[in-house]
Amino acid sequence: MAEAEFTAAAFNRFLKEGKLMAARCRGCDSLALPPRSLCPNCHGSDMEWTPLKGTGRLAAFSCIAVGSTRMVQEGYDRTNLYCSAVVDLDEGVRVSAQLLGVEANRPETIRVGTPLKADYLDQDEEGKEAALAFRPQG
Amino acid sequence: MLSGKRRLGRGIAVVGAGMSRFGAFKDKASRDLFVDAFVDMQKSVDKGLDITDIQSIFVGNFSSDLFEGQGHLAPMMAEWVGLNPCPATRVEDACASGGVALRQGVLAIASGLYDVVLVGGVEKMTNLPTERVTDALAAASDVLYEASAGFTFPGLYAAMATAYMDKYGLGTEPFMHVAIKNHKNGGLNPKAQFNTSLKDLLEARKVRARDRGQPVPEWKTEMDFLNDPAANPLVAWPMRLFDCSPITDGAACLLLVAEEIAGNFTDRPLRLIGSGQGSDSSLLTRPDITTIGSARVAARQAYEMAGVASSDIKIAEVHDCFTIAELIATEDLGFFAPGEGAKAALEGRTARDGERPINTSGGLKSKGHPVGASGVGQVVEIWHQMRGEAGDRQLRDRDINLALAHNVGGTGNTCVVHIFERR
Repeated sequence: MAEAEFTAAAFNRFLKEGKLMAARCRGCDSLALPPRSLCPNCHGSDMEWTPLKGTGRLAAFSCIAVGSTRMVQEGYDRTNLYCSAVVDLDEGVRVSAQLLGVEANRPETIRVGTPLKADYLDQDEEGKEAALAFRPQG
Repeated sequence: MLSGKRRLGRGIAVVGAGMSRFGAFKDKASRDLFVDAFVDMQKSVDKGLDITDIQSIFVGNFSSDLFEGQGHLAPMMAEWVGLNPCPATRVEDACASGGVALRQGVLAIASGLYDVVLVGGVEKMTNLPTERVTDALAAASDVLYEASAGFTFPGLYAAMATAYMDKYGLGTEPFMHVAIKNHKNGGLNPKAQFNTSLKDLLEARKVRARDRGQPVPEWKTEMDFLNDPAANPLVAWPMRLFDCSPITDGAACLLLVAEEIAGNFTDRPLRLIGSGQGSDSSLLTRPDITTIGSARVAARQAYEMAGVASSDIKIAEVHDCFTIAELIATEDLGFFAPGEGAKAALEGRTARDGERPINTSGGLKSKGHPVGASGVGQVVEIWHQMRGEAGDRQLRDRDINLALAHNVGGTGNTCVVHIFERR
């Protein structure tokens, strides 16, 4: 089966299907996330898509009061903060995504190292790209 | 990759340096700021500058396209200072644009093609409302994978800060000490956007409240002020307003020449003896975000080329776009061990009277951060300090014979380091 191209567009289409996918190098078995067509480890070009479990731990975060225009349009502001996160996935690669299910207005309660699982936003909303998010496990 | 000791093909000297005031100037476009910087630079050339001697111009600028709707900036800057038809090249590496423009000037002279080069940097940022500036700056991150997660630029540095706090078991106090120090330094710099210490700022606010018959805040110290969310609101936890460099208009210029002709311009040149530059991936794919790999690469190259060690450097202007960035910079440059940058800041070791003064200009934090100009502006401070011309903020208790400038683009996707010597 021909692989989908290793682009952000393809990555986002997988999210819409509820799948978190990375590129894997058939040559050296490294994972690449964000996905790409040249292996960042061995520089080979024999990549394939591989599913990730969507579980990991919080590596770093920020609770943002002065948001981007897009997040402000979604209703976030100085009194209603959102949390953006860098997540260490169990497979050993990182991804950044919005962190939900935490008290973004009380950032001191959020702990680096918290176990997280992936959530897929706007999966069912037609015509809108799915967005990756994470929530604390359990 | 470049490894081992490398040398420039020719010696390089800085023989002039100047800057516009940094701040918010409603009526000034980038060309006007650039002219201010150029005129200031021209005045600094001891034996005078005939502008027809300038053979090429490199201009650092991040995004006049987004900030002013103006592209193709370099020939226009050349026009406004009377340098057409000499070749004019814009250099863009986000907030490191200025430092990389300097490096391009260095390489152009070292190649033997030119003997006299103008290096400039300029950014006009205050035309746009804050949210659109936030969006424009986010364009320096990975828009497909970082900005899409809601990360703003302060948010990305804030994420570095949470990782740093977690790794070393710290609170936000070290960040506040960087802000207090840099504002104190900026208070001595008449060209700084915030030409006031936090102590003076909070006293002035108390007086203003009293004059207006409003409740007078009970701040006794700078820490009281910084811990008051009304005075120091959150931007992106744990970075508050006074952890962030401001939105700034400004420009800076340097005159670089081949060392053998430096005497035509001044008897007191600075020799540029080390230059290094590195790149790195987006923040989100780095295994450790409590250090900036490109900075370590750039610093190693610059130290090796200069033949000096980090312990030899007397003062440094480092890229403190956010207070966390200064702590990480002082570690990446080898001044302090990993995690010790915070301790050094708390102990005052980077203050004007400390063992290694950092950002005597006030840094980007207090002097201002017109992004494409910042890397050039850092060298203007080094020029003044090394030549004993820094006015009220001149360090007088040491011989500043070696100084370093550290300029970061993005979240460390680019870093450029230069080392200067005065004999």
